[in-house]
Amino acid sequence: MAEKLVEIKNLKQHFNVGKANEVKAVDGITFDIYKGETLGLVGESGCGKSTTGRSIIRLYDATDGQVLYEGESVHGKKNKTDLKKFNRKMQMIFQDPYASLNQRMKVMDIIAEGIDIHGLAKNASDRKKMVYDLLETVGLNKEHANRYPHEFSGGQRQRLGIARALAVDPDFIIADEPISALDVSIQAQVVNLLKELQEEKGLTYLFIAHDLSMVKYISDRIGVMYFGKLVELAPADELYANPMHPYTQSLLSAIPLPDPNYERNRTRKAYDPAVHNYADGEDVKMREVSPNHFVDCSEKEFAELQDRLAAKK
Amino acid sequence: MTQNYEKLPHDAFTRIPRDTQEAEKISKPSVSFWQDAWRSLKKNKGAIISLILFGLIVLMSFIGPLISPYEPNDQIITHANLPPKVPVIENLGIMDGVGTLGGREVDMYELKNVEQNYWFGTDGLGRDMFSRVWKGTQVSLFIAFVAAAIDMLIGVIYGGISGYFGGRVDDVMQRIVEILTGIPNLVVVILFILIMDPGILAIIIALTITGWTGMSRVVRGQVLKYKNQEFVLAARTLGASDTRIIWKHLMPNVLGVIIINTMFTIPGAIFFEAFLSFIGLGLQAPDASLGTLINDGYKLIQYQPHILLFPAVVLSLIMIAFNLIGDGLRDALDPKMKD
Repeated sequence: MAEKLVEIKNLKQHFNVGKANEVKAVDGITFDIYKGETLGLVGESGCGKSTTGRSIIRLYDATDGQVLYEGESVHGKKNKTDLKKFNRKMQMIFQDPYASLNQRMKVMDIIAEGIDIHGLAKNASDRKKMVYDLLETVGLNKEHANRYPHEFSGGQRQRLGIARALAVDPDFIIADEPISALDVSIQAQVVNLLKELQEEKGLTYLFIAHDLSMVKYISDRIGVMYFGKLVELAPADELYANPMHPYTQSLLSAIPLPDPNYERNRTRKAYDPAVHNYADGEDVKMREVSPNHFVDCSEKEFAELQDRLAAKK
Repeated sequence: MTQNYEKLPHDAFTRIPRDTQEAEKISKPSVSFWQDAWRSLKKNKGAIISLILFGLIVLMSFIGPLISPYEPNDQIITHANLPPKVPVIENLGIMDGVGTLGGREVDMYELKNVEQNYWFGTDGLGRDMFSRVWKGTQVSLFIAFVAAAIDMLIGVIYGGISGYFGGRVDDVMQRIVEILTGIPNLVVVILFILIMDPGILAIIIALTITGWTGMSRVVRGQVLKYKNQEFVLAARTLGASDTRIIWKHLMPNVLGVIIINTMFTIPGAIFFEAFLSFIGLGLQAPDASLGTLINDGYKLIQYQPHILLFPAVVLSLIMIAFNLIGDGLRDALDPKMKD
């Protein structure tokens, strides 16, 4: 495949370390994100998807592990210029379009924030022009620049959030459930905008969501998370056609389809972590069962999965 | 029904294309948060009347001592204990200079042979109550505003640091606040007055030494609430510095609450100053504040009620006005009251 843009190596994010209420939000995940692709990250609420995104962009200091961006470590001590360089390359789109824009600032200043911080505009009129261009890119117009966020609809606000992220001309965007707070009719609008921007600017996305059908639509590859761990990572079609980890199977069995014949026969599988029945000291890790299809499994399960795959063929 | 539609002439209809740019249009005029707050404050009649009333009181506290021909501390012993007398209003039967003397109603001005009019009367030392009341108002307001400003400054900085940096810094700072609020206020104040000379400075220090804790708690709570909001995280991913986040993102959002809190601190400070003066810990003679005037007046309430009446009325008006303004501002600024 193409070259690696971001490498996440054994990333761990624990909160309240050493206390009784320690939470292992992300517990040792490893995956790569290739240039120009969209990697979807799915999983149930509270499984650490958003925390993963935020740790990658340094909103949290990782407990352990590494995030490499073009071979350079993101975490660890850095001087201001290095940090700013990273801030320009990596950007984030947030979940809640109502909380992600400062109510007291005009749209002009919200979008120009990155431009101001990084000194990208030569003068005031240049700054204005950049903001107008960004507004146009996300399908709004320059009359919106002098308004306040509370005057916009949810979809419009989310597009303002996208414009703000685009202001610093990033290569990699982490989209943290950008559509889950939106109306269904608006979801497509935002997702299509993200797709268009990807084609136009060659962006790379880490798309965090829990709407499986939307993830399938936008992603090239999909990672499934469960309790702070990545349990399966495969190309989108492959994952849907051939889910291997019992949790993935359970997740996919929960998708409703607008087809009465199918729905009548759909049975939902429950996932119980006890089915693995791992022995003490068994080495459970990501293993490549078929090309590009990784599953979190033990040596024994790995052999079983490969047998099953061979039997299918 | 369906057949009827087919009979309709096709050329009677024209297609109206949907303009996507039109769909994004917002027709409502752009209103900032402060414009919106002002608009809803204007609708609140009580708050606006109070605002005007309070403005008049402040104005009078400055020009009152100037328009009176007497200095607030000048004593004319022969003019002692005169009831109020105002030229035009005296014809209505009130403020006509008539007082009780030995059970009989007599015109005190005629009796003492006084040519001048004292609008609010005089006290036992023959000092003009009109200039003393307004001078006292001025002193009380000054103490309250300075105390509230110092409270605000210390409270905002302390609460802001405590909330923004969090963790161990927050733990230590909050324990200090808890200790401070644990000491009874009056004990601290009395100790202060014992060490320092009684006067404006001592009262202001006594009011602020523990008064800022309320503001610091409110600001800390607000900062804690906002610092993990997504717009702050977004600013951080863009590389914004702490200074920028505090001034551009947190302060404008916390400002409303700071204003509301200050509006409730000021009447509290006026009240506490009056209380201190009333129990004798406040300003010392001959300086006047509303508290000392009320203290002087209540002793003579039976014979010279006017000495108590005027400062008490002014104090009450200030308190009511401030509370109504504070309520109005809270309704206008509090985001929870909005959609």
